[in-house]
Amino acid sequence: MKTPVSHMLLVLFASFIGSFGGVFLKSGAEQVREGWVYLFISRKPPFFNWRLATGVGMFLLSSYFFVLGIRPPGELSVLYPMVSLGYIFTLLWARIFFKEPLTRVKFFGLFLIVVGVVFVGMGSK
Amino acid sequence: MLNAAVTDSAQISEKPARRQPVGLVFCCTILGAAAQILMKTGANQMTQPGLLGMVTNLPLMGGYCLYGISTLLLVLALKDGELSLLYPVIALTYVWVTVLSFLIFHDSINPWKLAGIVLIVSGVTVLGKGGRR
Repeated sequence: MKTPVSHMLLVLFASFIGSFGGVFLKSGAEQVREGWVYLFISRKPPFFNWRLATGVGMFLLSSYFFVLGIRPPGELSVLYPMVSLGYIFTLLWARIFFKEPLTRVKFFGLFLIVVGVVFVGMGSK
Repeated sequence: MLNAAVTDSAQISEKPARRQPVGLVFCCTILGAAAQILMKTGANQMTQPGLLGMVTNLPLMGGYCLYGISTLLLVLALKDGELSLLYPVIALTYVWVTVLSFLIFHDSINPWKLAGIVLIVSGVTVLGKGGRR
């Protein structure tokens, strides 16, 4: 295994930030009014949809750390499984912050996707 | 399933016009993959480093624009759908990128990648079917 631990931590950090980006995007999206023009203007004061802006910012930050992490000598076969950890974090946040039910269907679908992402990483040596 | 509990009464009256959140995220992943391919094309033909080199790089900027549109679609999808259901669907991007980089950059494809694609697609299908109930 040639991938340095520092690169693993970068990718882990990226998927962690990314999963929170999803949380902010979701909570911002709930305040979006109908129509594209109103995307960053919220229903209630302070009217600027800072949740949405934070979500977009976290996605950008996440992609920055992701790119730093997958630089050589980082190997995708090691790093992709860590990306899919982000999906598992998100399931937890959705349960905690939005009280979304965790059904058997969601666990099964997520399981298939996580194993799939691991396999794509294994094939990218 | 329990979406109705989250939406307020004003939105419930508009229920027939409800969007398909999983379909929106599906479009979002196609745009995201196209963005990655454009950014890779841009990175390959990058001549001068630095900000000026990036801004004048058309494929790279096109890639960023597509990412922007894809994020807008994700927001619209999240407005109506559950985060725990929609976020994993973003993994479809890996499928499109693997297929497109095989077609365009002639990257290798092997049994691992093929199995991964099949698994991701079936996972998304499970989530899509489960979310429609």
